[in-house]
Amino acid sequence: MQRDGREILLEVRDLRTYFFTEDGVVKAVDGVSFHVRRGEILGLVGESGCGKSVTSLSIMRLITPPGRILGGQVLFDGIDLLKLPEPEMVRLRGSRISMIFQQPVSCLNPVFKIGDQIAEVFQVHEGLSRIEGWKRAIELLQMVGIPDPERRAHSYPHELSGGMAQRVMIAMALALGPELLIADEPTTALDVTIQAQILDLMRELQRRMHTAIILITHDMGIVAEMCDRVAVMYAGQIIEEADVRTIFADPQHPYTRGLLGSIPVMGVVKPRLDTIPGTVPNLINLPPGCRFAPRCQARLEHQARLGNRCLEENPPLFHTGPGHQVRCWLYR
Amino acid sequence: MTLTQMQVQTSLDLSTDQDLVVVRGLKKYFPVRRGLLQRVVAWVKAVDGVSFTIRRGETMGLVGESGCGKTTVGRTILRLIEPTAGEVYFEGRNIFALTKPELKTLRRDMQIIFQDPYSSLDPRMPVGASIAEGLAVHGIGTPKERFEMVVDLLRKVGLEDYHARRYPHEFSGGQRQRIVIARALALRPKFIVCDEPISALDVSIQAQIINLLKELQEEFKLTYLFIAHNLSVIEHVSDRVAVMYLGKIVELTSREELYRNPLHPYTQALLSAVPIPDPTLRRERILLKGDVPSPLNPPSGCRFHPRCPVATRYCAQEEPPFVNIGTRGQEHWVACWRVM
Repeated sequence: MQRDGREILLEVRDLRTYFFTEDGVVKAVDGVSFHVRRGEILGLVGESGCGKSVTSLSIMRLITPPGRILGGQVLFDGIDLLKLPEPEMVRLRGSRISMIFQQPVSCLNPVFKIGDQIAEVFQVHEGLSRIEGWKRAIELLQMVGIPDPERRAHSYPHELSGGMAQRVMIAMALALGPELLIADEPTTALDVTIQAQILDLMRELQRRMHTAIILITHDMGIVAEMCDRVAVMYAGQIIEEADVRTIFADPQHPYTRGLLGSIPVMGVVKPRLDTIPGTVPNLINLPPGCRFAPRCQARLEHQARLGNRCLEENPPLFHTGPGHQVRCWLYR
Repeated sequence: MTLTQMQVQTSLDLSTDQDLVVVRGLKKYFPVRRGLLQRVVAWVKAVDGVSFTIRRGETMGLVGESGCGKTTVGRTILRLIEPTAGEVYFEGRNIFALTKPELKTLRRDMQIIFQDPYSSLDPRMPVGASIAEGLAVHGIGTPKERFEMVVDLLRKVGLEDYHARRYPHEFSGGQRQRIVIARALALRPKFIVCDEPISALDVSIQAQIINLLKELQEEFKLTYLFIAHNLSVIEHVSDRVAVMYLGKIVELTSREELYRNPLHPYTQALLSAVPIPDPTLRRERILLKGDVPSPLNPPSGCRFHPRCPVATRYCAQEEPPFVNIGTRGQEHWVACWRVM
């Protein structure tokens, strides 16, 4: 399976994950399709509630009730993960696909030394002894730039700063040399100088180990610095996808344009920031047409051409250039 | 008199009617208590000798990483926290010398907006009543007049009249922050401390709130102290900017000057660490080693020296003074031995 040279590692097709709550059905992920090639960094971008985290948890099959994956395929190296028996999925998690989160300290077990927690990865997956596991753990801590790793391995999670804890999480995630790393807002909780350290570390490890990364973030600056391709999500769907240069040079979806116009950019002071009026729609009562239509300025500007179509019919993704897709009737 | 004190002295002498707030040698230490008798075993030096002024009608940006003391500065200058040492003058009056009734009167002029719009509104109070509360406390208007003022304020911040009868849980984060802003405006203050007012909001909503704060500043001639960790946001809103590190201001100058010509190595590293949304840009990044040290036990000499890429041995011994090295009447304050 190849597309544009490099081999496709992960292909998500028409993924749907809904949450069945007392208030109604929350369509958190509603027909999401994308792919990740080996060794590339795909940015999954959007505001809170757009479904980017639920997408990644669905790939890992970590959705718990009231959430349920209703349909679609998650093809990892040709295997549909959604059909894989649970024991095989357990073996795959951490070894071939792993994940890091926004709050590293809450992902570590507070009552075990970090050395033990990393060593456990090797004990469980590779059947190493505790002593061998510790040796590998110290090597990993060294690799992710933790000073004095022999001593640090004896630390408990609460003794680590946020940046240190994220380094430990990255060490654990990369312990078994996974082919895919899902990083869900890995630096959002960190200060900017520490964020720079962690992004640098991720880039360096990705280059050295050729791990593909799905980087989930709301920060367009991080996208610009880290990603090869970008998928922008809005209200449970991908609304635009392109390579990173195209997304910034030629954003086409009115939401992508609005998002890029609304962020203050260092070095470019504007008297007024562009804004997107209104707020993100409630995922229980989605508008019938395009999900962005109620907030869309372009719809009003092009009403003569578009009529009421935007309010009545949700657009599919239209191809507008090589690798560039947009979910907007303007590009039909 | 040491050099630092001398400089502080000059900065106050230069203060004029232009200055709405003058902060001089502000310190706030928090005790660390341990054991059965809750004896004080150490002090967290959250703010350790900070001096600056805020001019009428301007936005002073205060930027720094978590734990640098920026929030403590904001709260102490409103006397929401009592200081350990130092003075804060508001329109020439030392607010730490005021009696309680005097302070209450002064509070009409000084307001604060917090980061989290979810916890700063009473969940059991309709938002109209929340907005009117300050008016009632200060005995302004009859209930009917107050209601009219509330409606007027709601419109000013981009909400509707009927919102007055709704409860906080019925609003989104951005709308709640608008309500909090309306409440802060109710007493027609002169000065508002905005403590990370947008960092809990979604990106597309942040721009709405930034624009609103700017419009209101113009309409009501407000003066802001804008506290944030996001350097792009600070550049966008501020006229002058102060950069804090471990309880101290390390650099203070105009917005243009700080972003074009940062002098302190910490400011330089901070600016170079900000990811820029432009994939064609390739920048040299100054990567700082290690984490911010604990304010419980700050490093000797210059507090930045253990992480500083250009520190010398001298930097570890002697603390650099905070001096104005701007030329041609420009102010550019910096605390660094390598710059002087």
